Amino acid sequence: MYEFNFAPVIAGLDQLLIGAWLTIQLSCAAMLLGLIVSVFCAWGKTSGITPLRWVIDAYIEIIRNTPFLVQIFFIFFGLPSLGLRLTPNSAALLALVVNFGAYGTEIIRAGIESIHKGQVEAGTALGLSRLQIFRYIIMKPALRTVYPALTSQFIYLMLTSSVVSAISADDLAAAGNNLQSATFASFEVYIVVTLIYLVMSVGFSTIFAMIEKAAFKYPLSR
Amino acid sequence: MPLIRPFGWDEFWIIVIAARWTIALSVIAFASGGIGGLFIALARVSDTKWPRLIATGFIRIFQGTPLLMQLFLVFFGLNILGFGINPWIAAALAFTLHASAFLGEIWRGCIEAVPSGQREAATALGLRYFNRMRYVILPQAAKIAVAPTVGFLVQLIKGTSLAAIIGFTELTRQGQIINNATFSPFLVFSTVAAVYFALCWPLSLLARRMELKFSRATTR
Repeated sequence: MYEFNFAPVIAGLDQLLIGAWLTIQLSCAAMLLGLIVSVFCAWGKTSGITPLRWVIDAYIEIIRNTPFLVQIFFIFFGLPSLGLRLTPNSAALLALVVNFGAYGTEIIRAGIESIHKGQVEAGTALGLSRLQIFRYIIMKPALRTVYPALTSQFIYLMLTSSVVSAISADDLAAAGNNLQSATFASFEVYIVVTLIYLVMSVGFSTIFAMIEKAAFKYPLSR
Repeated sequence: MPLIRPFGWDEFWIIVIAARWTIALSVIAFASGGIGGLFIALARVSDTKWPRLIATGFIRIFQGTPLLMQLFLVFFGLNILGFGINPWIAAALAFTLHASAFLGEIWRGCIEAVPSGQREAATALGLRYFNRMRYVILPQAAKIAVAPTVGFLVQLIKGTSLAAIIGFTELTRQGQIINNATFSPFLVFSTVAAVYFALCWPLSLLARRMELKFSRATTR
């Protein structure tokens, strides 16, 4: 009968918590930079410049139809032969940004397309200023449209980011790997690491739901 | 034989052919995950509380934790249970559980998307839970489910790449092995990515087309 040994995991808990903090930082940074990529690509897709649209479409299809692990291997091991040498941490961030950008583009585009020209015209007819139109007629409904998809994409990103441990970038999963190879209590280490991930994803989705309730309370017209 | 050999057609083919293990693992996970997913979905919409709670918990755990950790836990967990270190069994079991949870949640949505009048009519006709599901709800839900299920299959195929990390020699792991021998990471991982793309892209297009067709057929 196997004897569970959680003592070394408890002793190394601070390492795991530091790892969890690194995962949160990495995910937030990737989300913010990824959003910039998404907004740019969404603009490019609606801009009507055909070659730009092709490039963006190709980018989205390639990223969405290949595994994240292969993307990160390509960036970390493949790019140095083109002269771009990255540390594990920056390769991890770059891979996450590139990956998020492809998924974010479709979300942002849906947000842009949810605003009809007639609504802006109605705002002008009501005598709203440009700033008011931007704030109440464009931003708030658009944000409400993208918010649920964007927040669940963030949680998905945070869970996916565990894969960066494969190139030994610093995050929670890597902290788990280090603790595992120091203590050999593999199952115990990974059960605790998994629980921390679970707490983080449940925590974030609770916070996101609270924000949604507070910020987008007004009723839908439909 | 030299220590580092060039990346030629032989190496290219070794990688392409390794896709069979990716396909095999995906098929196993999809087939057994489909059976598991059906049970999870049915439990999730059950009239009794306990199956519903257990299914919800199962789905939450698998959707709220990284696939990589699920894989590690099954891998090391099976060792604890005395099955030894076996990447094949670990990967098949982990991906089956993962697919069960995700397909269960997708199919629950499809079952609930069947208009409630259908369930009420079936109940009024005297059909109990089993026959109601078998003859009325599931056939209609299946039609809704096809597109998102194909979409999940793409996720699953991509997900099987993580099995490389526990030493299962599929497409990605084969790429790593060839890369260690040829040291041409750019070519190797481009090839690996291209093979995944060739597997996933047609499925993605199919899912999108079916979704479009379905939404056209159902919008009034």
